[in-house]
Amino acid sequence: MLRFIRNRLLMMIPIVLGISFIVLLLLEITPGDPAKMLLGTQATPERLAALRAQLGLDDPILVRFVNFLWQIVHGDFGTSFMTKRPVFEEMIMRMPYTLVLVGISLAVSVGLGIPLGVYAATHHNTWKDNGAMFISLFFVSMPVFWFALLLVRFFGVELRWLPLSGIDSWQSWILPIVATSLGFVATIARQTRSNMLEVIRQDYIVTAKAKGLPERKVIYRHALKNALIPIIMVIGNMFGLLIGGALITEVIFGIPGLGQYTIAGLTGRDYPVIQGSVFMLSVMFSLVILIVDVVFAIVDPRIRSQSGRKKHKDQKDGNKIEENTQKIEA
Amino acid sequence: MNSTSTNLLEIKDLAVEYHTDEAVIYAVNHVDFSINKGETVGLVGETGAGKTSIARSILRILPMPPAKVVSGEIFYNGNDLLKLSEREMRKIRGNKIAMIFQDPMTALNPIETVGFQIAETIQQHNSISHAEAHQRTCEMLEMVGIPGDRFKDFPHQFSGGMKQRVVIAMALACNPALLLADEPTTALDVTIQAQVLEMMQSLKEKVETAFVLITHDLGVVAEFCDKVAVVYAGEIVERGSAEDIFDRANHPYTLGLFASLPKLDATEKRLSPIKGLMPDPTDLPDGCRFCDRCPNAKDECSKSSPKEAEIAPGHTVKCFFSGGN
Ligand SMILES: Nc1ncnc2c1ncn2[C@@H]1O[C@H](COP(=O)(O)OP(=O)(O)OP(=O)(O)O)[C@@H](O)[C@H]1O
Ligand SMILES: [Mg+2]
Repeated sequence: MLRFIRNRLLMMIPIVLGISFIVLLLLEITPGDPAKMLLGTQATPERLAALRAQLGLDDPILVRFVNFLWQIVHGDFGTSFMTKRPVFEEMIMRMPYTLVLVGISLAVSVGLGIPLGVYAATHHNTWKDNGAMFISLFFVSMPVFWFALLLVRFFGVELRWLPLSGIDSWQSWILPIVATSLGFVATIARQTRSNMLEVIRQDYIVTAKAKGLPERKVIYRHALKNALIPIIMVIGNMFGLLIGGALITEVIFGIPGLGQYTIAGLTGRDYPVIQGSVFMLSVMFSLVILIVDVVFAIVDPRIRSQSGRKKHKDQKDGNKIEENTQKIEA
Repeated sequence: MNSTSTNLLEIKDLAVEYHTDEAVIYAVNHVDFSINKGETVGLVGETGAGKTSIARSILRILPMPPAKVVSGEIFYNGNDLLKLSEREMRKIRGNKIAMIFQDPMTALNPIETVGFQIAETIQQHNSISHAEAHQRTCEMLEMVGIPGDRFKDFPHQFSGGMKQRVVIAMALACNPALLLADEPTTALDVTIQAQVLEMMQSLKEKVETAFVLITHDLGVVAEFCDKVAVVYAGEIVERGSAEDIFDRANHPYTLGLFASLPKLDATEKRLSPIKGLMPDPTDLPDGCRFCDRCPNAKDECSKSSPKEAEIAPGHTVKCFFSGGN
């Protein structure tokens, strides 16, 4: 297992580098000039040229890539064009906000979604099941930004129960977390329900019942544990979507997190900010995918015996992470 | 027929239906059945006859919905199992009455160790320590010919035959008074079948357990059973001691089953299977259920259904021409 984790960590290096290079390439080929953004449309060609040279924008793309890597190795992500502040420091300051938002939203989604799904499955075909599934369909289909705006309007503007924007107290977190997680609660609940219904029909569940086990043990020990295996995968994929959702929620609710920073960087053509945030996000993704795979192996003995017994298998697993990362990029 | 004193289990007038969206399937139609302590009874019949449904009704593990037990009583130790609370029923399942399922490949939970799955049953029904349960599990595994140190292995690490041994060990773990073995060897290949059967035979001699052996293999019945009940379209059409059925079979369906067996000494190579198919369980005929396929069918056979009649002590047949009717 340790060997597997080490190999996977090593695999992350080329992946993250690849992503960084692609980002650089994308910035290169999309129109828009950071120097113009900084100096405004009135700037003289001479001043523009001087600034471009100063920012290193005239260097060939490969040189810039190598410079970027060289900086990173030294823990330096450059300075923001707009704020003139070091990108690394800024990211470290903002990181906790995003981690709290994504982490708690994930915990809420899992913590509510799974019990809800089990409840619906164990009340299959009753009004309770139908009701829960109808409501969750509603939430799954609702875009995060729209739902966030509804929440702001209702609880912030009309009722004035909760703060509208910025993070001053724990109450400030409520609306953003609700907005980010509700759709995922619904997704997980629906997935759990359908997996449970599938698993409950399996012979080994009848075996468990025939052994005289109480319903509780049959459902939680035998059925749910099996039903959760595919859910782990869903949770991994969800993490990517959660980050995407967090970008939007951070902007709407004025949370000074990494997402807001990335969006600001993108709109301002602030190259070091964009490169730095994408680098950070891709490292986070890769780590999450690694965690998902490790959890998979812990829960499912069939996978564990594959990676434990056959050492060559590790390389194949390495390819999978690449595929996953590509998916996230897309 | 009504000497309840020695009966370990007595089923009276059991009827099971499956209510699906399209139709009602009449799977078990007013079956009476009993088994004494320590006895082995074979339940024989072709696929879809309702054998599994009978066995599952006893443990109340029919899939509900769609299954419905529409009539019947199942007496075990003087109690009607169908009237017990779920709580009381749980004390019987796996403890007093255990079941071996048709397909060992899917009968075990893939993500728990086999040892855990056996020990869990033992701990459910006995208040003993973890260590004792572990100990007993290893003994059970060894009894079915699997080394005790494979306790921590997962089902996918066993072959099909070994999985069935695990399932058998699990079923016998609490020394049940009755074991329902639902085609324990059908899913295995022939050599493994023989091994598993041989093992069950030797287990039967060691334990006091009564067996209901469900199968469509008459050879297995001959080797294994004291009594036989032949099931056709959800009814028991003939029953008796193994000798009654093998030497003095009377019902045309039973006779047909024997005629369709390959004979070792036969000079003619061709088998003579019973012509036609079992009637559609959603639309059973009014008269005798076997009437359409019966070589001796007369007019009356399609009009009313024959009663079960005793043609010799303990040997009953459900046919107008059995001599009893
Ligand atoms: N879950 C179910 N839903 C609907 N119909 C069912 C269900 N289970 C069984 N049946 C029907 O009930 C009838 C009896 O089935 P059962 O499984 O008891 O037969 P069996 O004698 O065990 O057959 P086999 O030898 O193939 O195992 C069949 O017609 C079958 O189609
Ligand atoms: Mg069956």
